[in-house]
Amino acid sequence: MRAYVSIFRMRLLNGLQYRIAALAGVATQFFWGFILIMVYEAFYLNAGKAQPISMEQLVSYIWLQQAFLVFVILWYRDGEIFSLITGGNISYELCRPCTLYGFWYAKLIAQRLSGALLRCSPILLVAFILPQSYRMSFPPGPDAFILFVITLLLGLLVLVAISMFIYISVFITMSPAGSLLIFGVFGEFFAGKVIPVPLMPSWLKRIAYLLPFRLASDLPFRVYSGNISGNEALAGIVTQVAWLVVLVILGKIALDKVLKRVVVQGG
Amino acid sequence: MITVEGLYKTFKVSKRSPGLISAARSLFFREYIEIEALKDVSFKIDEGEIIGYIGPNGAGKSTTIKVMSGILLPDRGSCSIMNRTPWEERVEHVKNIGVVFGQRSQLWWDVPVIDSFELLRDIYKIPGIEYRKNIAMLTDTLDLGSFINNPVRQLSLGQRMRCEIAASLLHNPKILFLDEPTIGLDAVSKIAVRKFIKRINAEKKVTVILTTHDMNDIEALADRILLIGRGRILYDGDISGLRNRFGTNKTVTIDYDESSRKPQIEGTDLLSWSPERAVLFVDTQKTSVSRVITALTNQYELLDVTVENPPVDEIIAKLYKEYEI
Amino acid sequence: MKLYFKYLSILIKSQMQYSTSFILLSCGQFLVPFSVFAALYFLFERFGMLKEWDFYEVALCFSIMHMSFSISECCARGFDSFSSLVVRGEFDRVLVRPRSTFLQVLGSKFEFTRIGRLLQSVIVLSIAVLNLSVEWHVFKVLTIILMTVSGIFIFTGIFVLAATLCFWTIQGIEVANIFTDGGREMSQYPLNIYKKWVTRFFTFIIPFGCVNYLPLMYILDKKEGSSVLYMLSPLYGMLFIIPCIFVWRFGVKHYRSTGS
Repeated sequence: MRAYVSIFRMRLLNGLQYRIAALAGVATQFFWGFILIMVYEAFYLNAGKAQPISMEQLVSYIWLQQAFLVFVILWYRDGEIFSLITGGNISYELCRPCTLYGFWYAKLIAQRLSGALLRCSPILLVAFILPQSYRMSFPPGPDAFILFVITLLLGLLVLVAISMFIYISVFITMSPAGSLLIFGVFGEFFAGKVIPVPLMPSWLKRIAYLLPFRLASDLPFRVYSGNISGNEALAGIVTQVAWLVVLVILGKIALDKVLKRVVVQGG
Repeated sequence: MITVEGLYKTFKVSKRSPGLISAARSLFFREYIEIEALKDVSFKIDEGEIIGYIGPNGAGKSTTIKVMSGILLPDRGSCSIMNRTPWEERVEHVKNIGVVFGQRSQLWWDVPVIDSFELLRDIYKIPGIEYRKNIAMLTDTLDLGSFINNPVRQLSLGQRMRCEIAASLLHNPKILFLDEPTIGLDAVSKIAVRKFIKRINAEKKVTVILTTHDMNDIEALADRILLIGRGRILYDGDISGLRNRFGTNKTVTIDYDESSRKPQIEGTDLLSWSPERAVLFVDTQKTSVSRVITALTNQYELLDVTVENPPVDEIIAKLYKEYEI
Repeated sequence: MKLYFKYLSILIKSQMQYSTSFILLSCGQFLVPFSVFAALYFLFERFGMLKEWDFYEVALCFSIMHMSFSISECCARGFDSFSSLVVRGEFDRVLVRPRSTFLQVLGSKFEFTRIGRLLQSVIVLSIAVLNLSVEWHVFKVLTIILMTVSGIFIFTGIFVLAATLCFWTIQGIEVANIFTDGGREMSQYPLNIYKKWVTRFFTFIIPFGCVNYLPLMYILDKKEGSSVLYMLSPLYGMLFIIPCIFVWRFGVKHYRSTGS
């Protein structure tokens, strides 16, 4: 646990060092947010009947997506683990007195959390004071906010468990680019990064609901905006926990398997 | 050929102080420290010389080289290389120079060496005949033949360095800047590189300016040394002059018929002693070598006497210390 | 120009050394904009129209902008990844060679994997052209070519500006993404769907409007008044590269006086 805390501290300090980079990142996220809102606004002009998500909810959804971008994207710059695997330096990691899965898991969580902490507060702060049509609204009630926090944190755990598979698959493909590609394109699409999940056609939505990708971003964001109500949110939490358990167990088994292969091959 | 007069260059470096408050402050107000990289640097270099340009890290070596190769503009001062001011006529100027940065590569990593050479031919617009002649000469003298068709990533460091030097000579430059050309090389490659530098200097009258931390390079190659420290030229002359000025100490080793007496002579220290051999350290400011030998002859039946200069490394270390650079 | 092709050929050779990763990355470059296009399709399926534009009209705009972007990213990648060149100190090497710095940096890198994106945009373009109910003639085809070329100039100009920034700082370089990736993402829709200030900025400062909105009006017969002006507006977009080159020169000068 202490090792985890110190990794986290180091990451955060590291991130703070590059504050200009962080500022630039925030500015970029803002720009994206504005553009997306304007595009959807233009689309909603022609929305004859009621849409599955209201424009107001969608604005909150978009700002949350920008603020918690690191909760949406599957790969969050960690070339370190990749080069460990492809460069054959993995043996060093195996000498450490903790399980590889736990160690990497902690590291990846720290990375994402520090990334989110640096970026989310300025984005959200400004998003709350923007002019009416761009302003982010408050959650419908305190219960929705609490559910949002819970689903967001659980979602982070699920997301990291998914991203572990990217690293594991690199043991087999030996090509980070290839693995990132498959996971990146499909995962992020079904997480609602390209098109918000509620706006997908119903057949596609069904697929998205069967997959775990939307649990880290789409679910908490919609809980916040009130698009998903209390009971459905609770069901979502159950799904998150179930997926988390399945993903971690599968991940551990898979990692053990590939590591055994590495050992047999002699590193 | 090269005349440098009164070069000055100051860099501004933003000051960083620890702590969160000052970090936040520096977002808006930057404090700068001025670093004087060059202070009144002047020298002249004639055609065909090999100059060893030495000095500790951060003394201003690379700044001078950058000014002379037209990369950097000085604050003040003039520099004329083959009657051109490098930073004013960069494109014309760089046609006459070749540059090897020992720690960086100018070759394309993934393609055979010869392809890199051909690209350089087009960059420098080298005429066909001249190019073929140069390639033949360089392949022959640097012994590139066995790996010229291999991609650079498969070469050893020594092979790569030989290719780098060849690459910077393809366009027949009159002046060659070598920045640590032997860094990281094994003994055999080092000697090969040195031999080659000597040779093109002798045959093609290429003026060579060599910066290095390896004093053996300097000893083997340089006719003349320029020592820079804290942005000033501190010494300009040959190695023996350097020795005379700073290498004031010598070691005297004597072999003699067995004796149990230890030599005790004023102005010397006994470095090692056995019944057949003694090594003495002579401080030539207190006594002279001949006086020491005379005294020794009176005390022993000498079989052999060797007088040695201290290694150049030691002289340089002493020099740096003396100038506090 | 000959030198530029020489650079091209040497970089193709390098790239061929890693053929698997090349194929994978090209597929990725195909799939990423494909997913964006799929999303576009789903949105139109739901909403029918985007302001006054229908699906195939937007698809035309989308494909042209993505084509420009992929070509300029392929050819001007040297500027896009310029920060690493400066960090490694390789820019000194560029300065000791007797050729223009612009050409050398341009030739220092090509990103052939963008062929995937290019292919995707060509497919979208064909779909759009086949389904649009407008009359096609030589001038309209010419306008499309002009739009693409002008787009290449603008994107390249932005890459150059971002690279110039590296002479001062490499930290905030991410902000350039607003204008590269952001510019692409934004200009894949006709510009008039945005608020006035956005449209103005991206017409007069960074002339995306001259590449997508104005000539589109001509091609889709939505214009009022003289068609020549609409047709030739991409030429104004091309002018954008000129100040960019001046800024680049200024940056090189700054680099040579500070040597940072």
